[in-house]
Amino acid sequence: MPVTGKTLDIDTSPHIKSGASVDTIMRHVVYALLPVCAFSVYVFGLTALITLTAATLSCLLTEHLLCRWRGDRTTIGDWSVAITGILYGLTLPPALPVWMIILGGAVGVGMGKFLFGGLGYNAFNPALIGRAFLQAAFPLSMTTWFEPLAEQRFVAVPSSTFTMPFASPVYDSVSSATPLSAMKFDGDVAAAADLVMGLTSGSTGETSSLLIIAGGLYLVARKMMNWRIPVAILGTVAAFSGALYQVDPAVYPSPVFMLFAGGLMLGAVFMATDMVASPMTGLGCVLYGVLIGAMVVVIRLWGGMPEGVMYAILFANAVSPHIDRLVRPRVYGTAKRGAS
Amino acid sequence: MAVVREGQEVQRGQLLARADGFVSVAQHAPASGIVRRIALVPSITGKMTPGIYLEPHPGSSQEVAEGEPCDLQSASADDIIAAIQAAGIVGLGGAAFPTHVKLKPPEGKHAHTLVINGVECEPYLTTDHRVMLEHTADVYTGIRYLLKATGAQRAIIGVEANKLDAAEALRAAVPADMPVTTEVVNVKYPQGAEKMLITALLDKEVPSGGLPIDVGIVTVNVATAAEIGRLLPHGRGIQERVVTITGPAVGRKGNYRIPIGTPLRFALEQVDVSDDASRVFLGGPMMGQALSSLDIPITKGTSGFVAFTHADTDERAQEYPCIRCAYCVDACPIFLNPAQLGLLAKNREYERMADEYNLMDCFECGSCSYVCPSHIPLVQRFRVSKAIVRERKSS
Repeated sequence: MPVTGKTLDIDTSPHIKSGASVDTIMRHVVYALLPVCAFSVYVFGLTALITLTAATLSCLLTEHLLCRWRGDRTTIGDWSVAITGILYGLTLPPALPVWMIILGGAVGVGMGKFLFGGLGYNAFNPALIGRAFLQAAFPLSMTTWFEPLAEQRFVAVPSSTFTMPFASPVYDSVSSATPLSAMKFDGDVAAAADLVMGLTSGSTGETSSLLIIAGGLYLVARKMMNWRIPVAILGTVAAFSGALYQVDPAVYPSPVFMLFAGGLMLGAVFMATDMVASPMTGLGCVLYGVLIGAMVVVIRLWGGMPEGVMYAILFANAVSPHIDRLVRPRVYGTAKRGAS
Repeated sequence: MAVVREGQEVQRGQLLARADGFVSVAQHAPASGIVRRIALVPSITGKMTPGIYLEPHPGSSQEVAEGEPCDLQSASADDIIAAIQAAGIVGLGGAAFPTHVKLKPPEGKHAHTLVINGVECEPYLTTDHRVMLEHTADVYTGIRYLLKATGAQRAIIGVEANKLDAAEALRAAVPADMPVTTEVVNVKYPQGAEKMLITALLDKEVPSGGLPIDVGIVTVNVATAAEIGRLLPHGRGIQERVVTITGPAVGRKGNYRIPIGTPLRFALEQVDVSDDASRVFLGGPMMGQALSSLDIPITKGTSGFVAFTHADTDERAQEYPCIRCAYCVDACPIFLNPAQLGLLAKNREYERMADEYNLMDCFECGSCSYVCPSHIPLVQRFRVSKAIVRERKSS
């Protein structure tokens, strides 16, 4: 067969691609989060559904409007802001007033992501920036918790959810202490089984550790998550709190309690692993995880707050570029501790 | 330098051009015929290079002109090295670097191990596999010459784990008196790169900016070794080589023994290349060059061609910002940080790339660009950056 008069396409090598794509990775993270969301709605009812929806929509809308305002194409199609929205919703108390949710979402995406330059440039996890802002602005609402498995949860919405903007929310349902605040302020330790299953009060997503771990395993199997980060965090928390528990079990909670209470599992698996704000090398990821784990234990046990996952991750996000700068693998063929 | 003139009748195997320096080899007639012109010919890079147009006789016989045989027993190391140069032998893996240059260690350096590279340099290419299976005896004869030329005490043949039949064939045929072992290595691109293979086989690293001889090793491609074993006992020169022609656009995929200098277009026509072939790569898809013209000759460095049609090639995907996923960090075989280098390249900080992030060690395997989910042309930027750094250093 004659091969004549052909026009050939030219390009530089490599001419083939693995097929991995940012939007695919992000979409799978959303898939991994959906069971966690579904279980939250089961535990907290309609108010969790409203919280998650409001959080996700406010983040999507903020990014969309800011892109338009700058005159660029919208970037909500890359799915990354959807993850931010869902994660942000999962960190909030289930009965938080919707207007606060929207405000925090706008701050998280606007200040935590857009101002830094958008996808790939954010130094901090935007979802946690939004939450940190709310924690500072509305400390009372951010620590008022909704009863898990309340009887009326699928038919009624707590009055606080639809509070008018800038009005103080009124909490009608019985708010219950989280396992961490009960431990810290009252010395009560929740049953391990309830913690693992997630049938305790707390943030919307601080529920089923099992579903969170399952989501993490799904992403690790697809090589879309660096397993070293959650393993280092959880390992450090277990070792550190385990050592303290050995010293004085009357004062310090057990490592099982520490691992499964509060936002640690969600933070370790889905927050700290934000690719943009975590280190790139294997050793760097381990150091980053150890730093987070150690800070979580310190803040929880000796700090003024019952929970410390958020601040531990934000702090580690801040140092992650420096970890990458200091911890560099030895380049092939160079001497140990070579050119730097 | 041509030793024939226009209009001259030549016999297959006759010397056409002799080496005109140390880093240069001879060229022999791939077929009997008439020298039509001595002029510039198009090359793969698009540049014109000096060449000889040979018109084969329609019935060119398989008879080959032979020169002075190189006798393994009586020849000295220098004799063998000279014979390899005279036979026109270059690295057949694709780099086409004159083999005899590698065999002569620089002052004060000594080779103890000969590594025979039987690992294909790229996906799609299968020439080394066929050579190991079909020319096993030539491989060992070649290794005998190479051991004597380099003074190495032993040789190791590296074969990938997906070619166990080749490893078995080599092990079954090893002569009892030869210090040669065949080792199976993992299938992982770019395992065929000599530095990677040396590390896999001997757990040694070639120093940054150095050569294998710096750690006492000489590497030779298995097809090159086979060619040495085939040609030197008869005093012949290279007239042909094994070329993989494959890819979705090729009707009869396979490995073909093709005379050097055959026009690529002619070769593709013989194997039923689809008329809508839109991309043809010289070499494999990872490091190979996309050809802008099919009117080029097949050379000694041509390990293969891969042809794709429009339907098989993806549209160029949208580029996203780097999300620091570290896929490239995990993929880099020499532990560079391609993500960081990519950012520096974007900011045109070429000196920092070279001085702080070991840019010049990059051998452009393309793994970083292959895995990047943001579709950032990383290795492409590194090639440009390296060229800029070299230019600035030299000026």
